[in-house]
Amino acid sequence: MHMADALLSPAVGTTMWAVTAATTAYCSTKVRKSLDDRKIPLMAVLAAFVFAAQMINFTIPATGSSGHIGGGLLLAILLGPHAAFLAIASVLSVQALFFADGGLLALGCNIFNLGVFPCFIAYPLIYKKIIGSDPTSGRLLTASLIAAVIGLQLGALGVVTETTLSGISALPFSSFVLLMQPIHLAIGIVEGVVTAGVISFIWQTRPEILTRAAADQPLGMVPIKPILIGLIMATVLTGGVLSWYASEHPDGLEWSMFKVSGHEELQAPSAGVHSSLEGVQAKTAFLPDYGFKETPGNDSGRLGTSVAGLVGGMLVMLLGAGIGLVLKKRNAPILSNP
Amino acid sequence: MSAKIDRVLYEIGHMDSLAEADTPLHRLDPRANLLTTAVFIVCVVSFGRYEIARLLPFFLYPAVLIGLGDLPLGFLLRKLLIVSPFVIFIGIFNPWLDRTVLLQLGALDISGGWLSFISLLLRFSLTVGAALVLIASTGFTTICMGLEKLGAPRIFAVQLLLLYRYLFILLDQATRMIRAHALRSFTRRGRITLRVFLQMLGNLLLRTIDRAQRIHMAMLSRGFTGEIRIVRQFRFGPKEFFFMFGFSGLFILLRLTDAVSLLGHLALGGIR
Amino acid sequence: MSHHIVEVKDLQYHYPDQTPALGGVSFRIHHGESVAIVGANGAGKSTLLLHLNGYLTPTAGEVRIGDFLLTRDTVQDVRRTVGMVFQDPDDQLFMSTVFDDVAFGPLNLGLTPSEVSARVEKALETVGVAHLKKRPPHRLSAGQKRRVAIASVLSMSPDILVMDEPSAGLDPRARSQLISILQTFHHTKIIATHDLDMVVDLCERTIVMHEGVISADGPTMEIFGNDELLAVSCLEKPLRIQGCPVCSRRS
Ligand SMILES: Nc1ncnc2c1ncn2[C@@H]1O[C@H](COP(=O)(O)OP(=O)(O)OP(=O)(O)O)[C@@H](O)[C@H]1O
Ligand SMILES: [Mg+2]
Repeated sequence: MHMADALLSPAVGTTMWAVTAATTAYCSTKVRKSLDDRKIPLMAVLAAFVFAAQMINFTIPATGSSGHIGGGLLLAILLGPHAAFLAIASVLSVQALFFADGGLLALGCNIFNLGVFPCFIAYPLIYKKIIGSDPTSGRLLTASLIAAVIGLQLGALGVVTETTLSGISALPFSSFVLLMQPIHLAIGIVEGVVTAGVISFIWQTRPEILTRAAADQPLGMVPIKPILIGLIMATVLTGGVLSWYASEHPDGLEWSMFKVSGHEELQAPSAGVHSSLEGVQAKTAFLPDYGFKETPGNDSGRLGTSVAGLVGGMLVMLLGAGIGLVLKKRNAPILSNP
Repeated sequence: MSAKIDRVLYEIGHMDSLAEADTPLHRLDPRANLLTTAVFIVCVVSFGRYEIARLLPFFLYPAVLIGLGDLPLGFLLRKLLIVSPFVIFIGIFNPWLDRTVLLQLGALDISGGWLSFISLLLRFSLTVGAALVLIASTGFTTICMGLEKLGAPRIFAVQLLLLYRYLFILLDQATRMIRAHALRSFTRRGRITLRVFLQMLGNLLLRTIDRAQRIHMAMLSRGFTGEIRIVRQFRFGPKEFFFMFGFSGLFILLRLTDAVSLLGHLALGGIR
Repeated sequence: MSHHIVEVKDLQYHYPDQTPALGGVSFRIHHGESVAIVGANGAGKSTLLLHLNGYLTPTAGEVRIGDFLLTRDTVQDVRRTVGMVFQDPDDQLFMSTVFDDVAFGPLNLGLTPSEVSARVEKALETVGVAHLKKRPPHRLSAGQKRRVAIASVLSMSPDILVMDEPSAGLDPRARSQLISILQTFHHTKIIATHDLDMVVDLCERTIVMHEGVISADGPTMEIFGNDELLAVSCLEKPLRIQGCPVCSRRS
């Protein structure tokens, strides 16, 4: 599932952008240095293939519902991790731009969730380890299934973590996890079966494609060190940015922290934690921006401010609509070329 | 299903042709649009979760751009609607989980959950709207070139361009496969079983790999040595400067000051 | 310069899966000649053409283009001399606008941006599609794509033009426009095709291939006059010289 801009705080969004941009730069250098210029069209056309393949739905046996392929693991198998990462990133960018799937700020999160996990964890650390040097069809299925499921579980966890850290949604972490992980278990199983099926089809018809793909990436070539360094950097960066953000905007982070274990409707945290969190709530529920309070009361002064805010906002919005309309009618040459 | 692909093809094609128009907005250097959109999105999402009033003025930006670029509002709104389910699905929990009353409008008690849900919808419309306006007024190719000029790795920008180029061809091939299947599956109403699906995908994949090889051949025969070069002169002139700093300044001002309340007070005062 | 002679000596080629595609092909084409390569499906035409710009490396035999014996070291020079138009323009037009596509080759030659633009304009003018410069290739008709594909090669100013089935999939009008465009190109032309009527219009010499070897090589009219040869090579006489009253009046 794609992360959306509206669910993100700027701290989380920009951090993930930075991490994704760094990974993209790293993979670009890797692909360029591999001096295999055959890959340049191959990556792009396979990305287009994944895009098209996602449009074909099939009936999932015994359920009546339909599924399709995500393609992350398949790309990693066919292209190797670095090229596959770039291909996935490009698919997601096109989706973000043309279909507003996710959004531009969330693109960083989405590329991370759907690119880093399959390419740098599921494929090298799980798929390749299981499949070893002689792929049998049983091993292929096991490897694809486990790799796809783990990749997607991590991706879903990414969505949950990013959303919770951003604190826009009121869903507590635990319930969100309970919502997302099982869905993605099902998606992961479908993904694994389909990936194994397609790979074995290729294996039967044109094995040389796979042997060539495998020859490009000698076993154990995926360097763990840069990934670890990247992850550590990401953690430090996230921590730094988040703590800065928390000190600047007490509402954003504390709210989300509070929500992680608050709200007795959904679960019953221990009394101690709960009461201390209530303290946090009391502190943070007062929103100086608005000037209205948690307790309902006829504090007309505060209420006045917020009504004034709404009125003002709407006025500006109307003004904007008016300007847009006038410009559209006349297509006024404010910025036109001489 | 092939209707789905047709829709996708139509939408991309339509966005593409919008970007071919020649309006003041379309003539801007893409770097100005990209950076302004970035500032816009960051400002919008940086508001607190209950913010509503101060988000409203931000609609000024898409509205002005739709005007300047002569973009079809209805089409963009429809696209906005199509992608809204996930955000609504996540956000709808807010009113249910967060019932503290935060605002009273007359006799109406409004809970924090509803406020944050409305705020979420506003953020969603603004950020997605800005992205849609960006692509409709700039065009994908130009955006990729702009990205490259802003420092994105060349190889990635080229990937995007090539992907975009072959997207149409692969979607077309997929449509033909689905159609051929539907025409010959009488009883199952075009539903595709897993076995057939895997063969379809496998075949499509093989053809795709062969095509990649032929493209590589065509590249080589025109002197390709691993680097794709593109000439495109962009000029970041006074117009771009004015556009970018004007809007970014406005966004930052709207973010840092509570201009709307001030305006609201003035208006309410005036009525009284 | 030895005037861009194309010389192929005892060329043999097996695909990696051991399919024998060429079994000893030899010919010599002089500067300015226009030569058709005809033959049934699978006769080895495309395979032969792919050797002329060094995409495939011969299993045995040699290919010589002008002064260069085709080897790994000379392949870049050869590709500068030989312009190749592929069978499917969608494979050939890989950039996202017509302009960028036609500019791709000149940019790789290391020309300056202004020289590149000049070449692109000229090539697009030549094939009559200058107005499509900003279009993305996926929004062109088959005939327009074909013309742009030719322009993308002309912009590199090749001395030898090699084409694989240039008239396939074109409507009659687009086809005849293509023929007149090709007639204006005075360098060496090597065209693999099933369109024998076009061969009559464009090529004075024809090489007939059959199962990976050359079964005939000579003046086009002589070849098409030889019914026995045509039958053996699975070819049919072009309508034009079948004594068709309508077409023969035109020529
Ligand atoms: N990539 C390949 N791998 C293996 N065999 C191939 C490959 N491409 C072509 N062949 C085989 O080589 C032989 C010659 O094929 P080629 O494509 O050169 O024929 P052609 O004369 O161009 O045919 P057509 O008129 O159909 O285009 C055929 O037997 C074909 O099956
Ligand atoms: Mg052929």
